[in-house]
Amino acid sequence: MNSFFLRCSLLTGLVWTFLVVASGAEEWPAFRGPNGSSLVPAGVLPVELSEATQQWSVSLPGRGLSGAVVVDGKVFVTASAGTSQDRLHLLCFDAQTGKLLWERRVWATGRTMCHSKTSVAAPTPCTDGSHIYALFSSNDVVCFDLQGRLCWLRGITHDYPNVSNSLGMASSPLVSGGTLVVPVENDSESYCLGLDTASGENRWRIDRPKGANWTSPVLAGPAVVALQSRGGVDAVGLADGAPKWSFSGGADTIPSSCFFDGVLYVPSNGVTALEAVANEAKPRELWQSNRLAPGTASLVVAGDAIYCLNKADVLTAGERATGERRWQLRLQGPFSATPVSDGQHLWAVNEAGLVQVVELGKKEGKIVSTFDLGDEILASPAVADGAIYLRSNSRLHKLAR
Amino acid sequence: MNGPDLRLSRPALPVRFWRLPGLLAICLCMLCMLCMAIEGWAAPPAEQGLETALEAIRAVDHEGRGNVAAGAAWNVVAAADAQALPRILTAMDGANPLAAGWLLAAVDQIVARHPRLDPEPLCAFLADTSHAPRARRLAFDLVAGSDGPRAEKLLAGLLNDPSVELRHDAVAQLMAQAEQATAAGTTSVALQQFQTAFAAARDIAQVKALAAAIRGLGGEVDLPQHLGFLMHWQAIGPFDNTGGKGFAAEYPPERGVDLSGTLAGQGGPVQWQVLTTRDEFGMVDINPLYPPPAPAEVASPAEGAGGKEGLKEVVAYAVTSYDSPQGGPAELRLGTKNAWKIWLNGQLVFEREEYHRGMDVDQYRLPVALKPGPNTILIKLCQDAQRKPWTTEWQFQLRVCDSIGTALPAGRQQAQAPPPAVENIR
Repeated sequence: MNSFFLRCSLLTGLVWTFLVVASGAEEWPAFRGPNGSSLVPAGVLPVELSEATQQWSVSLPGRGLSGAVVVDGKVFVTASAGTSQDRLHLLCFDAQTGKLLWERRVWATGRTMCHSKTSVAAPTPCTDGSHIYALFSSNDVVCFDLQGRLCWLRGITHDYPNVSNSLGMASSPLVSGGTLVVPVENDSESYCLGLDTASGENRWRIDRPKGANWTSPVLAGPAVVALQSRGGVDAVGLADGAPKWSFSGGADTIPSSCFFDGVLYVPSNGVTALEAVANEAKPRELWQSNRLAPGTASLVVAGDAIYCLNKADVLTAGERATGERRWQLRLQGPFSATPVSDGQHLWAVNEAGLVQVVELGKKEGKIVSTFDLGDEILASPAVADGAIYLRSNSRLHKLAR
Repeated sequence: MNGPDLRLSRPALPVRFWRLPGLLAICLCMLCMLCMAIEGWAAPPAEQGLETALEAIRAVDHEGRGNVAAGAAWNVVAAADAQALPRILTAMDGANPLAAGWLLAAVDQIVARHPRLDPEPLCAFLADTSHAPRARRLAFDLVAGSDGPRAEKLLAGLLNDPSVELRHDAVAQLMAQAEQATAAGTTSVALQQFQTAFAAARDIAQVKALAAAIRGLGGEVDLPQHLGFLMHWQAIGPFDNTGGKGFAAEYPPERGVDLSGTLAGQGGPVQWQVLTTRDEFGMVDINPLYPPPAPAEVASPAEGAGGKEGLKEVVAYAVTSYDSPQGGPAELRLGTKNAWKIWLNGQLVFEREEYHRGMDVDQYRLPVALKPGPNTILIKLCQDAQRKPWTTEWQFQLRVCDSIGTALPAGRQQAQAPPPAVENIR
């Protein structure tokens, strides 16, 4: 443990700098951003939000609670429409102006039934910088290049007919190293697939625990993917799906884990911090705290702190090194979207569209501004180039200085 | 020499062609005609490229097979001009769902380059009901994008269209007219329009709204008959499903149904019982058949008995007979929150092990082939151990219809009267 603390103290500053730079102020390539921790560059987002900071707002042709992704000056959003929500849309907007650059549709090949609160366009797409990969609750996966050319299409339920969840699927895909990780865990035919980004064909397909699961995979080290489910976490190889290590201490099935500075923070018995050990089948458990208890929103890690919103809409800040609770602050909920943070402030938007900006102190958190967007927001925000993008079932909003 | 006459009728041909000796020209023409007759019209290179590309897209298959070739082909199709749209839409006929998606995305790219389309060929495509319903719907949307008023007029003629979505919009249009008539106080006109719309409606939400509107005006509707729910069943249970093992267990009804027989159930001998529902959406509730024992009789929760909510960790079977006059393709449409298996005439159609995630009419659409005469439908319904308020349901709803949701004749009959006796399925 001592070595862990030593490493933390030495590397935190370096890693922090690296992540903020690497996060590329102009890109938000996946669910919860470039590093999957909802970390945004310091000082670029406006703390005071108002109508004056609304750069543009455009209507969407269908429903959705997937987050936006931003790359190459373009904002990508998915949506679903039609009497049975079987028209799956991928839209590309100019980030600067909000102008629709292109829109493509495919038809769902899997079941589109889902709970009324969610929709077929629930998973957030992802990009590797040259292509955009979108997964839908119907378990259809599409790959377009950034100009809107369709490269490939898969129907996972078309291939494996019992892959579905009558409440709806929502796990977001992850792309890295030429593999698109597609989690389709459910009660019946439960898998995780690694698709070849060039062809959409299976590189690997592994059985996963039978059980509904809405968490998203995270990169947990070089070429390692952490798959979270009710039983715990299984880390597998990105290239082949081969098991690396497993944690069997149980985990939540809605909020997702977060990997930061070599440590995987898992919504498990509150939060459990895990560190992989070379050539060991089990990770080292660094700490566990049931005083940190994420609800629907996933964990946020920024600097030396970890943040979570619990089911009672209380924002809790904890020490990233120990899990010790720093402070709590009740916000106005309920929340579905995962907040973003630059380490100094945290932007949390509730389901009613009320954005609450919290100043993050060592000893307390304080709401320093609010802005009512007046639109139902369930999707996690995207942040790029000093702007925050929020989408509802009918609109995409851009807020910036 | 007949060169001048030919030149008049074929002005586009090169002049030097007509300087050939007349006999040679005639021979060449005949040769060309012969080739065309034997091999068919040779398409220009661009059309050949389109045909090859469409073929590549239609070849996509499970697990990404054909994706790479289709990706290249998609660029060819998406680069086609607007005149190619009817041909691309036609390629959706008989295409698998994946290929249809590829083609839809290509149409989107073409239309983005040609915002003003000629509606004539698209209207002709729409009028041909032999084309794929989704392709026709897409053609309609393209017409609507170019000539909205024309599309609005077309809609009135699509009330009984084989495309569910076109029919949906036509029904919505008539509903709006009926609502206007209601507001204007012309109740008899409104009632007639609502009834016409109801007869055409296949969308469940529209069916519900129309039923309420008709009843509100004093009219009558028969929802089970309209939708083809199977209302009359015989059920047997409970069998053990401790730990969920009952889903995979093969209990005697799966080996054959003998309605007069007595079987060993979870708590002793069990027999088939008549189970008829009066629910308008055909909900067949198993719970009332097997009330849980009083709390004092429960030795331990592990024995599988339930509390107020009903039995837990149990399996029941329900069977009915469906008399199909002609046989042929049909769909079994099931809704349930419980794990289930379903057999048609002794053949397993589908199974799904999911508990209490959600339920809806037509939740599962199962294409089947009915045989002429009686068809035996057996369903296995499993209840799990969860004891949350939303896990009490042990029920299902099943209807038999065609691919757009129209109740088949025997389904209508079954909705009204008890079915004939079910015989042994093997």
